Amino acid sequence: MTTFEAAKLVAGREIRVKLRDKTFLFSTVLLLFFTALGVVLPVLINGGPDKVAVVGATHVAALERAGLEVVTVPDTAAAERLVRDEEVTAAVVDGPKVLALEEEPGNVVAALSTSPPVEFLNPDALDEAARFLVPFALATLFFFTTISFGVQIAQSVTEEKQTRIVEILVASIPVRALLIGKVAAMTVLAFGQLALIAVVGLVGMRVADVGGPVIDAILPAIGWFLPFFVIGFLMLAALWAGVGALAARQEDLGSTTAPLQLLVMTPFFLVLAFQSNPAAMTVLSYVPFSAPVAMPVRLFTGEAATWEPFVSLALLLLTSALTLLAGARIYQGSLLRTNGRTSFATAWRNPTPVG
Amino acid sequence: MTTVLNVDAVNRSFGERQVLKDVSFTVDSGRLTGFVGANGAGKTTTMRIVLGVLAADSGAVTWHGAAITRADRQRFGYMPEERGLYPKMTVAEQIVYLGRLHGIAAADARRRTTALLDRLELTERANDPVEKLSLGNQQRAQIAAALVHDPELLVLDEPFSGLDPIAIETVLAVLRERARAGTAVLFSSHQLELVERLCDDLVIIADGTIRAAGSRSRLRDQYTLPRFRIEVDSDAGWLRDEPGVTLVELDGRRAVVDLDPGADEQPLLRAALTRGPVRAFAPVRPSLAEIFREVIQ
Repeated sequence: MTTFEAAKLVAGREIRVKLRDKTFLFSTVLLLFFTALGVVLPVLINGGPDKVAVVGATHVAALERAGLEVVTVPDTAAAERLVRDEEVTAAVVDGPKVLALEEEPGNVVAALSTSPPVEFLNPDALDEAARFLVPFALATLFFFTTISFGVQIAQSVTEEKQTRIVEILVASIPVRALLIGKVAAMTVLAFGQLALIAVVGLVGMRVADVGGPVIDAILPAIGWFLPFFVIGFLMLAALWAGVGALAARQEDLGSTTAPLQLLVMTPFFLVLAFQSNPAAMTVLSYVPFSAPVAMPVRLFTGEAATWEPFVSLALLLLTSALTLLAGARIYQGSLLRTNGRTSFATAWRNPTPVG
Repeated sequence: MTTVLNVDAVNRSFGERQVLKDVSFTVDSGRLTGFVGANGAGKTTTMRIVLGVLAADSGAVTWHGAAITRADRQRFGYMPEERGLYPKMTVAEQIVYLGRLHGIAAADARRRTTALLDRLELTERANDPVEKLSLGNQQRAQIAAALVHDPELLVLDEPFSGLDPIAIETVLAVLRERARAGTAVLFSSHQLELVERLCDDLVIIADGTIRAAGSRSRLRDQYTLPRFRIEVDSDAGWLRDEPGVTLVELDGRRAVVDLDPGADEQPLLRAALTRGPVRAFAPVRPSLAEIFREVIQ
C-alpha cells in the first residue's frame, strides 16, 4: 500500500467520523442559520416597501415606478386618517401636497419631483457600507474557519495520541500518511462548510434582493480569495497537527495551541484595524499570515495592481512549504511521546522516533 | 516451523539510560513465544522496535533473513501495552478500518471482521461504540484489531491483562489456532502460569539483557537442578547425615534433597532402599516461575 492510498483511508475515516459528529453537524447548521438570518433580517425589519395613500389617480404611476405600494383613497380626510393610524407612511393629496407624521418621506418626495441628472466621475466606487462589510466578512470567514478547523485537526491528533491507538496506526502506515490524510480531510471539510455558507449567503441575497452591487463587486475578488484561502489554510494545517501532537491529553491543547491561535488572531485584528489605511494594508497583503485576507480585500477595493497578488501568492506558497515541513517535523517528533506534554524543542530535535 | 523473526544484538538507550543491551533472540513460525521479564526489563521497548514504532540505536531486526520493509510490517499484527481504539467509532467499523490500513480490501476486511467478532464472542457489540464496552470486551476488540488482517507475525504486549478467566480461555484458544495455522506469535506476560501453559518457546529478559531463550522443554532441562523428591515408609531424617546430599525440605516421611553437582542419584536410591521401601523417588522439575527467579538473579 502506498503512502497515498494510506492517506486516502485516513482522510476517509476522518471525514466519515466528522459527518456523524453531532457537534460538528449542529455547528454547521447553526452557521448556515445565522448566515441566512443575516441576509434576510434587514428585509424583515424593513417590512417591505412603503405604503402611500393617494387621492385621485394623477400620481399613482409615478409613485409605483418608485417602488412604493399605492393605496387609493376618496378624499384628504381619509388619507390623513391612514397616516395618523400609521397604516401608510405618507399620503399624497391634492396640491400636490405630501402628508406625513414627523419624518419627511424622502422617497415619496423624490418620486414626485424632477431632480437634475448626476454624473459619477468614479462610477466603480463602492458605498461605505460595502467597503467595511466585505473585508470584515472575508476576514471573519477566514480566521474563523482557520481557527475552528485548525483546533479540530489538533484535537483529532491528540485523540489518537491520548487513546494510544496511534501506536497501532504508526505500526501499520507511515507517519506522513497519517498527517497528510488528516490535513486533507479537514481541508475538504472546511471548504465544504465554507461553500455551503457562500451558497446560502449569495442565494439569500439574491432572493431577498439586497446587496446586488456588492455581489457584483465581490465576484472577481472571490476568484483570488479562493487560492489565498486554500493555501493560507494549508499553511497552518500542519502546524495545527504539530501542536496537537505536542499535547498528551485534550487538556494540554489550550497551552500547546496558544502560540498558533495568536498567529491567527493577530493578523485578524490588524486587517480589521488598518483596513482603511492603504499603506498598512499593502504591508499586510504581503505578510503571509495576513495575506489570505488582506490581498483579496485590496483587490476588492481596487487598490492592488494586477501583478501584486501573484507576488503575494508566491510568498504565501513559499511560507506554506516551510510551515508544512516544520509542522510535519514537530508532529513526527512528538507523536509517540505519550508521557506528558512534549516540549517544542524536544520534538524538534528528535524528528524521527520511528525507524 | 522455521525461524522468521531474528532480533540481533539490538541496543537502545533513552538519554543516559540504556534499556536494551545486545538483545538477541528468534521467533519461529507456528510457535507461541513467551516474552517474560519484570516491569521495566525492556519487553515493551523490544516489541516497539520489532514493530518499527521505535528505532534501535544499533543492531538489526530481520524478517525471513532480510531487513524489515513497510510491506512486511503490513503483515504484522500488534497489540500495544497501552490499549487504544477510537472511543466513538463502533467496534466493527474500526476493526474494518484497521484491516484496511493493513492493506486488506474493504469487502474482505468486513468479512473477516464479522468472523473474528463471532470467534471472540463479540458479535452482539459489533455496532456499539467502543467507549460503551466493558473493559474486558474492549480488550477482546483490541485483540480482534490485531488479528483482522491475518498477520504472519503477531506481537502482543500483555494480551491477558485485564481479561476475565473466560475471556482468557477464549483468547488462549484463538492464539493457539493462529499458531497452528503458521503464525509466529510473540507475547509478553506477567502471568507466568499462563505463559507456562501457552508458550512453546521462551525468552527471558532482565535489565535489558536476554538471560535465557529457547524452547520451554529445553530450558526446563537446562535449569533442572539435581534435586529429588523422596518418600519412604519411616522417618527420612537420616538424609541429614547422608554424604553428598543437602537436605532442602523434610516433612516426616517425605523429603526434598539436592545432590552435589555431577553426582549420580542411584547410590542415594540404593541407600534409601536398604532402610526400607521407597514409595517415591523423582527428579523435581522447576516451574517457569522458579526458572525465572533463577535466571534473573
